[in-house]
Amino acid sequence: MGILKSFLRGLGLFLLVIVGIAAWLALPWPFLLGLAVIFLAWMFFTRRGRQTGSVTQVGLSTLGQRIGSSSVIVIGIAGVVAVLVALLAMAEGYRETLRKSGGEDSAIVLRGASAAEVMSTLMHDSVNVISQAPGIARDAQGRALVSPELVVAANLPIKGGLPDEDGSVQLRGVGEAAWTVRPNVTITAGRKFATGRRELVAGSGAQRQFAGLEPGRQVRLGNQTWDVVGIFHSGDAMDSELWADAEVVATTYRRGSSRTSVTAKLVNADAFKGFKEALSRDPRLDVDASTTLDYFSKQSEGMTKVIRIIGMVVGGIMAIGAVFGALNTMFATVATRAREIATLRAIGFRGVPVVIAVMLETMLLALLGGLLGGVLAWLIFNGFTASTIAGGVGQLTFEFKVSPEVLWTGIKWALAIGFVGGLFPALRAARLPVTEALRAA
Amino acid sequence: MKYLHLIWAELFRRKTRTILTLVSILAAFLLFGMLNGVRESFDQAGQSAQGAKRLQTGSRLSFIDTLPLSLNDRIARTEGVTAVTYANWFGGAYQDARNQIFSFAVAPNYLDLYPEIEVDPAQRQAFAQTRTGILVGEGLMKRFGWKVGQKIPLLSTIFPNRDGSKNWSFDIVGVMKPKDKAAGGWYDQMLLMHWKYFDESSPYNRGSVGWYVSGVADVNQADRVAKAIDALSANSDHETKTQTEAAATASWMKQMADIGLIVGSIMGAVFFTLLLLTGNTMAQAVRERIPELAVLKTLGFSNGSVLALVLAESVLLVLIGGVLGLGLAALLGPVLSAGSGGVINMPPVGARSWAMGLGLMLAIGLLVGALPALRAMRLNIVDALTGR
Repeated sequence: MGILKSFLRGLGLFLLVIVGIAAWLALPWPFLLGLAVIFLAWMFFTRRGRQTGSVTQVGLSTLGQRIGSSSVIVIGIAGVVAVLVALLAMAEGYRETLRKSGGEDSAIVLRGASAAEVMSTLMHDSVNVISQAPGIARDAQGRALVSPELVVAANLPIKGGLPDEDGSVQLRGVGEAAWTVRPNVTITAGRKFATGRRELVAGSGAQRQFAGLEPGRQVRLGNQTWDVVGIFHSGDAMDSELWADAEVVATTYRRGSSRTSVTAKLVNADAFKGFKEALSRDPRLDVDASTTLDYFSKQSEGMTKVIRIIGMVVGGIMAIGAVFGALNTMFATVATRAREIATLRAIGFRGVPVVIAVMLETMLLALLGGLLGGVLAWLIFNGFTASTIAGGVGQLTFEFKVSPEVLWTGIKWALAIGFVGGLFPALRAARLPVTEALRAA
Repeated sequence: MKYLHLIWAELFRRKTRTILTLVSILAAFLLFGMLNGVRESFDQAGQSAQGAKRLQTGSRLSFIDTLPLSLNDRIARTEGVTAVTYANWFGGAYQDARNQIFSFAVAPNYLDLYPEIEVDPAQRQAFAQTRTGILVGEGLMKRFGWKVGQKIPLLSTIFPNRDGSKNWSFDIVGVMKPKDKAAGGWYDQMLLMHWKYFDESSPYNRGSVGWYVSGVADVNQADRVAKAIDALSANSDHETKTQTEAAATASWMKQMADIGLIVGSIMGAVFFTLLLLTGNTMAQAVRERIPELAVLKTLGFSNGSVLALVLAESVLLVLIGGVLGLGLAALLGPVLSAGSGGVINMPPVGARSWAMGLGLMLAIGLLVGALPALRAMRLNIVDALTGR
């Protein structure tokens, strides 16, 4: 009977902990702040709370003697948080790079059902029809701000790769309008390409990834030689591209007068609805229009999700390891302090302060570990550049972004690990039979 | 070996501590088993014996540009080429443009060059005779719940149909199974259709081919044959680039992500933490056993054998946890793959992972045990017994 009872109690506690952790990880921060405030009020304004405070102080003051085993908690949790934060920062950086590439007040038009720009084809007539749709912004001279563009994939040698090892890069053929539609693209070295000549400008990300992209050098795209005349920077996905004159790209890649996409600057964000409707009503067209924000967000959706899931799974397994490490340390701590805790109980301290004091100690160590891991990940990975294939065709370089939200997630995980790692040893401490513990050792 | 009983008893002297440490080690090696499997499957993609025997010829401009069909016969006549086939990327998706499928439009003899794909002879016959027929990988069938004989609509994200819509309809006539389950991730999720049907139905393709695959008679001649194939179209408007399938896949994987680096950094963090954790456990274990170790020495155990006892204990600890962890990874992989309906494809824990894992366990066990073992070896009997 007794065994069954203690088993059921253990099971109940376990389920409670699982539910508690899930809630803790899911709840928004204002709610958690409220919890912390209530807890602090309890600590300072009730008798039990003040008892807890003094028991915790005793525990912390002897921490120095247990520095070796306590550092297991700190470093174990720091490892979990560092890996988790690094992977989440990777997902965040990828999403951010693509999200920044779009806005709500510009639209991209592709042939219907095309998943990415390279897969789309728009005939010359369609491009003209799209340019006359309502809602498009105009410049001072009254010209519509539309940029018909031709995106193709090109092969270039990778920096530091084997001879004859090519990587794929996105080559965008643009007209004069492209620079006004995307005002954030600026030339940082050299000059813009001249119309009608085999010249190109490279994005700063592409320059990092591929060999030979320096102003004044020449690169071979296909069977032709192109002059690199400048480098541009935009801080978004365009950075991974090469830009050249659309007509020249079309000739090289045998695309005639067709284009792959039309990007249009709209009067404002509200104009998009009318713009899209006008295009879908037009019987001459079979196209999909979306805001650029929507288009680029969709591109990042799948990849971001995959990286986040990997981060959670890897972090989760590591967290299990760290929880058991923390349990180990705290059980040992409770065992070495058994006499001290029993003395406290004997002179009248109740169970709750002892439980909370042990948990507080664990969670403080966990917080320290979480901060350490977060700072480590931030130092090593914030701004770290990585690349992958995006949009089905070209290398996309992006920077890891250790954002406050990502760090906050890491700290939350750390505290959750500390909570579980402290709970069971704390309960054992509270249940210590006073007389036995006093006699022992 | 005669001391195994003693080591075992020492290991489980404090059950709670040992079991908690074991679970931590287990978690670390579970992670190692899963991640190393992923890394290896990336590394070995296309590295099969068959992969080295096949050459891929694509446009030098980029992989989205196409080649003329007329090249087929010229490649076939190249010395050293045993057979040649061709394929096009179809860019298929089911129901939603985001449910993308690896779908290729292929020549009738495509499967002849891929003996590692198993298709029932009757189904292969049906495929040859059905214009709109498709062969579907086993995993893909499961993912969408398709049946042989079913008519399915597919969306092409690249090619419109002749009537201007992007909806194509196909009949499933057979299932493709990878011969070697371990290397089957890719073929499992593939869909093949007839190039002829694709070409006739798409107003844009007009007899062009995405890439050629040719078999070479002698693997050692692959480089020479590749150069000969590229020479066929040198200085034309459709220059080609020919690589072995192994090299092409490796370069593609490398562009996807530097998996080796990611897995390496994660495992580095994991094992560093594990070292510390197990090290702490062993240090504690030796510290509280000092009088017992002194008794052992009094009984006549030499310094060396005390060292060996402690080292053996730590190696045994890591080995038990590690083997359990790798075993769990081996069990969990297939369950995960099956449970997700083919969306996640966890490679099984291979012999190389086991070998590497066991090596790591030994190394970590020795490293972790070294300091406590040295301490135990250097114990002075009198000091230890008096508790000084």
